[in-house]
Amino acid sequence: MSRVRDYGTNTYPQNGFNHHILSVLVQNRPGVLARVSGLFARRGYNIFSLAVAPAEQEGMSRITIVVDLDSAPLEQITKQLFKLIDVIKISELDPAQSVERELMIATVKANGALRVELQTLTQIFEGKILAVSEDNLTLSIEGHPDKLDDFEELLDSHGIVELQRTGRVALPKLDRSSRLRVAN
Amino acid sequence: MTEQSTDTPAAAPQYVEGERITGAQALIRSLEMEGVDTMFGYPGGCILPAYDPMLDSPIRHVLVRHEQGAGHMAEGYAHVTGRPGVAMVTSGPAATNLVTPLMDAFMDSIPMVAITGQVPTAAIGSDAFQECDTVGITRSCTKHNELVMTSQGLPMAIRQAFHIATTGRPGPTLVDVPKDVLVSEMEWYWPTDEEVLASLPGYRPNMKGHPRMIKEAAKLILDSERPVIYAGGGILKARAAEALARLVELTGIHVVTTLMARGAFPDDHELNLGMPGMHGNATAVTAMQRADLLVALGSRFDDRITGKVDAFAPQAKVIHVDIDPAEQGKVRKPDVPIVGDARLVIEEIIDEIKSLRAAGVTQADTRAWKSKVSGWQEQFPMTYQQSQPGAALKPQYCIEQLRDLAPDKTIVASGVGQHQMFASQYWHFNDPYTWVNSGGLGTMGFSIPAAIGAKAAMPDRTVWAIDGDGCFQMTAQELVTATLEGLPIKVALLNNSYLGMVRQWQEMFYDERYSSVFLDSAALPDFVMMAESMGCAAIRVESPEEVGPAIEKANSINDRPVVVEFRTEAAEGVFPMVPAGASNDDVILHPTQQDRKGGLA
Repeated sequence: MSRVRDYGTNTYPQNGFNHHILSVLVQNRPGVLARVSGLFARRGYNIFSLAVAPAEQEGMSRITIVVDLDSAPLEQITKQLFKLIDVIKISELDPAQSVERELMIATVKANGALRVELQTLTQIFEGKILAVSEDNLTLSIEGHPDKLDDFEELLDSHGIVELQRTGRVALPKLDRSSRLRVAN
Repeated sequence: MTEQSTDTPAAAPQYVEGERITGAQALIRSLEMEGVDTMFGYPGGCILPAYDPMLDSPIRHVLVRHEQGAGHMAEGYAHVTGRPGVAMVTSGPAATNLVTPLMDAFMDSIPMVAITGQVPTAAIGSDAFQECDTVGITRSCTKHNELVMTSQGLPMAIRQAFHIATTGRPGPTLVDVPKDVLVSEMEWYWPTDEEVLASLPGYRPNMKGHPRMIKEAAKLILDSERPVIYAGGGILKARAAEALARLVELTGIHVVTTLMARGAFPDDHELNLGMPGMHGNATAVTAMQRADLLVALGSRFDDRITGKVDAFAPQAKVIHVDIDPAEQGKVRKPDVPIVGDARLVIEEIIDEIKSLRAAGVTQADTRAWKSKVSGWQEQFPMTYQQSQPGAALKPQYCIEQLRDLAPDKTIVASGVGQHQMFASQYWHFNDPYTWVNSGGLGTMGFSIPAAIGAKAAMPDRTVWAIDGDGCFQMTAQELVTATLEGLPIKVALLNNSYLGMVRQWQEMFYDERYSSVFLDSAALPDFVMMAESMGCAAIRVESPEEVGPAIEKANSINDRPVVVEFRTEAAEGVFPMVPAGASNDDVILHPTQQDRKGGLA
């Protein structure tokens, strides 16, 4: 509770978590997700989180994979991934050089006075209240995954009934030159 | 740099674009367009529609006795021709029976295209009769696979399958075709090369080496005093045997040829040290250990080659040429990684060495190294002891006799186990594409169907399957296929009544506690009767003086398959041997040489 964090600087204090983000552009074809996840399973690497959705180009999807690995096996896994026929491009996003976002929705116990406290907490975290029942609230919050971690920790003390996070999505941070390119 | 061709044969048949035909007809036409002359298969419910147009096709269909046989035959065909082998079977159990050959082809980078029937599209996912998730099951044992959902998509799917199977690092592909896709009509078309490439934007194998890396490789080769070329199966896949020979002539560097590369460089060449690895010869193993440079060409630092990786070739710098980027640094970090086609890269290195020499660069003095290597060769040749009178035959002797009596360019296919190692050790492979074996997966039962596939591709060659009594009993029923299809292979069955390699490990590493390893194959089955029942000529050989005449007789029979059963010594071990996980420095030599092992220091 006493942790103070600047969500803009991307520090990762979690102990022993060697976190890498792979952004994988794939042809959006049947079975492509199974091919990608099957490869991780086959080579014995664990996927921490995974988010898939159609990308900007038609017929393509972007998969954002967060893995907990040392760099050496990561190089091997990206090379193996690239051998999949449906994989077009793989970028490893450096956490310091990328923007990351995640969405979380959670139903928490909210009786009596707790309800106001939760409402305040949600306001502080710039979250939203999506649904209300006699005993529970369903909240949503969007932001940097670390911010969601903190919010989740705070909610935990109130009693989480159900919780779902999307897994992180990420894109490279724009530098000045790329900002100019976008402007043009 | 990428260089690509989808290799449509020039003599492809002409069909009218836009003609309305069934998916089944389109499938068979597509195979014809890809230049398929022979395929191996077994019909059944869902693939039935495709067997009807087969009657009107010039493609030869070899009817097998088990789908696994079809897969290994396709592999044997591909091994000896370099062209993709084709297997066609039905859905469900037929598709699952193909899994072993697919994985075998995947491990050994064999180009192969499998066509499987599938239940109608409307029934997919309903647990229909003979339904299985073929693309799911084969995802991790194919280079790529595809479930085709429309008849119109068939020609493109077939073109993609052949293109992917044969380019880059070759491998097996699978096209899964639902029954209704075969039955319904489509408008015939044949995709152009450009359309095929455009449909595969994520697939562009790198062919040429990076110029800076080529320069560094050439310099390193000229600088090294103890260089060894470590030639792997990629030499054969890239049709690079001739380029390799030129590189060796140019530089005078010793070559070791891995189990997958036997024949890639002639065994009778004085610079060929033979096979390295777990059962490699002492000189090949030790030369790699002591080298200051390993030039790895299409080889992948398999655990059977390196032994304990940390202790492998400790002083060697490594040039690693492989078309698969994922092989670079997978096991051993290379000093000079070169991603590209082995033939092109070797040619580029040759040109670079020539221009360095023209610029006055001289090669390091390798004379001291060469005399050391010749010393090892003299002291530690491959050896075994002849059997005592009345005792069982020595397997090595049988293979030496087979070798000495074999016609030129005989193709040898082997199963997996002791007989495979003896065959690789004692045969003299002087021509590429004469050795067919299961290296990576180690598939028992490989040899008979693989030999049949090789014979179908090369009917004028003598094809010997060297088999053990364990392997033989896994796939021998394909001898019926061989007889009925007029594919007269010859089988040398080394029958020692045991799973010989397992027995050797139990002898050496489990205190001679022999567990579930005695097959009792001197008693059952009667291999002569079994072979004769399948239409083969059969000979049993029990004493050394019968060996030569029996082989000569077998070589003279060409109207049907021949099985020669050699009753061999069960206690014979394969040596040298590097125990699994041990350092190559701890190679165990033949018992008659082990006391002199200090000579390898």
